Amino acid sequence: MKIEASFLLGVAAFFGVVAVGYWFWSYEPAGTAMLVGTVLLGFVPGSYYYWWSRRMKPRPEDLPDATVEQGSGAIGTFPGSSIWPFVLGMGLFLIVLALVFGAWLLAPGGALVVSALVGVTAESRRGGTV
Amino acid sequence: MTLLAEHPAVLHGHPEHHEGPTGVLKWLTSTDHKVIGLSYMITSLVIFFIAGGMAILLRVQLASPHSSLLSLQQYNELFTMHGSLMLYLFAGPFAFGGLANYIIPLQVGAPDMAFPRLNALSYWLYLTGSITMLMGFFTAGGAAAFAWVAYAPLSSAIHSPGAGADLWIVSLLLTGFSAVFTGVNLVTTIFYLRAPGMTMFRLPIFTWNMLVTAILILIAFPVLTAAMVFLFADRHFGTHIFSVKGGGVPVLYQHLFWFFGHPEVYILALPYFGMVTDIIPVFSRKPLFGYKGMVFATMSIAALSTGVWAHHMFTTGVVLLPFFSLMSLLIAVPTGIKFFNWIGTMWRGQIRFDTPMLFCVGFLLAFLMGGLTGVMLASPPIDFLTHDTYFVVAHFHQVLFGTAVFAGFAGFYFWFPKMFGRKLNEPLGKIHFWLMFIGFWVTYLPMYVLGLKGMPRRVATYPSGLGWHLLNQVASLGSYLIAISFLFFLWNIWTSWRHPVAAGANPWDAHTLEWFTSSPPPHHNYLKLPPVRSERPTWDYFHPDARTISHNGRRNGHVKVGAEVGSTGGSDQ
Repeated sequence: MKIEASFLLGVAAFFGVVAVGYWFWSYEPAGTAMLVGTVLLGFVPGSYYYWWSRRMKPRPEDLPDATVEQGSGAIGTFPGSSIWPFVLGMGLFLIVLALVFGAWLLAPGGALVVSALVGVTAESRRGGTV
Repeated sequence: MTLLAEHPAVLHGHPEHHEGPTGVLKWLTSTDHKVIGLSYMITSLVIFFIAGGMAILLRVQLASPHSSLLSLQQYNELFTMHGSLMLYLFAGPFAFGGLANYIIPLQVGAPDMAFPRLNALSYWLYLTGSITMLMGFFTAGGAAAFAWVAYAPLSSAIHSPGAGADLWIVSLLLTGFSAVFTGVNLVTTIFYLRAPGMTMFRLPIFTWNMLVTAILILIAFPVLTAAMVFLFADRHFGTHIFSVKGGGVPVLYQHLFWFFGHPEVYILALPYFGMVTDIIPVFSRKPLFGYKGMVFATMSIAALSTGVWAHHMFTTGVVLLPFFSLMSLLIAVPTGIKFFNWIGTMWRGQIRFDTPMLFCVGFLLAFLMGGLTGVMLASPPIDFLTHDTYFVVAHFHQVLFGTAVFAGFAGFYFWFPKMFGRKLNEPLGKIHFWLMFIGFWVTYLPMYVLGLKGMPRRVATYPSGLGWHLLNQVASLGSYLIAISFLFFLWNIWTSWRHPVAAGANPWDAHTLEWFTSSPPPHHNYLKLPPVRSERPTWDYFHPDARTISHNGRRNGHVKVGAEVGSTGGSDQ
């Protein structure tokens, strides 16, 4: 986990230097603002990872000599097949088309999005498929 | 060796006998990264053929002066959609949605992507975004016609009215979110779902490059989405963010767009670098030369690429030329390291020129040419002269064709046996390669000369008597050759579909983890895992007598050491 943390903190450090250099060389606000955003993108998750990496034991995937047995056990729960990503996608499709073709498309689009949100939540609680 | 299947309760309800829906319902409801990856790949290849057909129409139009095959409006729509489809909907999604989605969980030893349902949503947003963009052709005013960059004020409601332009803008909202979701999924999968012993510095280079690409996606795509929201607001909600009239700044659009657009170029390139880096060692029968050098070169390219956006804006006259020129020229250094390492990997290897390797060599030559002209364009005096001419068209086509097509099809030919469990026909693949390779140079080399002779890009016709006619004819001829080469590709797919030849789990004697499992892999990918002791666990497992050399040159004592260095293709570096 330490390498992952330093990877993200490296992103923050590099763009920190670039942002400072760019600002004092050009005084151009748009680019500087985006570079500062990039610093935050690296710093926020990176510092959290770093905080955790100092408080946890190395995982099997962090150890060069880990055996396969060390990694056995719970990996996580993975959902089976589900119709709701499709429903959500179609709902967002209609909402975006509403921007072009008229607000009436918001009604079916919104209905699909809401039903998908309810559906995916119920499905996660039940733990079943489809 | 532990069978993952011994822990069915924690893995999944039924890891060995997966009883999911079949038929159309399977493609609609699957959250399996392999099914989603294939959906992405099929969709993006369809897009590729549509956009390629548009390119042929453009080349027919340009083959002779005063051509009237297409009207000016039709020409503008076609080159806009050709660029948009290729860049937003083919080259990126084919890599990070298609191949990466399929291959990354296999390469790190994961049962699936970290967020399978989010992964499925990514695909549906990508598909609906693609449909939205193409719907522009069926509106009264036609499709968007302001080039793939949609500069303000050309893209304003006054200069580009109509639903086609709106559809183009909102389609990028859908695909932008799709890309961000895939980026989040890739980072989480690589950080949290690796197999035991698969440390960060044992990840295959394709996985490393996809990690870096995913970070670039997270940096770049939100900026594009924001720019599109601003643009849409300017067109319809009366804001004046990009229009001078209301106190806005048109150049701000270019800053936002290229802060996305230049990392985007590397989002399109780095995955393909990764594919090539995984393929060349396999067909050279050697470990990769300079593993850590490759990783750090990838990181440097990505980092620098986010600081060079305004080299597309040199001629606006309001950007800091020395900063952006310096950063752009610096990218040549890590790219040079990559070339050095690719050649170092082939050096004294036992090279087999199977189809994937041929495509890799084609990539090296194509990208070298595109990269060198890129170094030229990074110099503002040259850029001022060649900006918006065919010189730039030739440069970026050589770069992107080199990566997305040469390296992309290298990856496709390489991993096809893993995805379908059957082989592709080698002679047909080689005919595809050679026709495409010749067509590539015949198409784009004349464009450099055309650019230097002053032919501007994005013109539908040109007068005779300027010395442009012959060169354009040659370029069009080359593009027809490229089109013909893809008929052999389709024939190859057809042959493999109708007359399958079983490939087996590891037909190339490859190195990385994905070749350990069966082809195609079972549900949740691995019934058993090999011990990971180097960056090429599958090779170690099947060649226990070959000494394992780890990437940093130290002899690795964990796997049985037997024969002398070099006796089975292992090489002392």
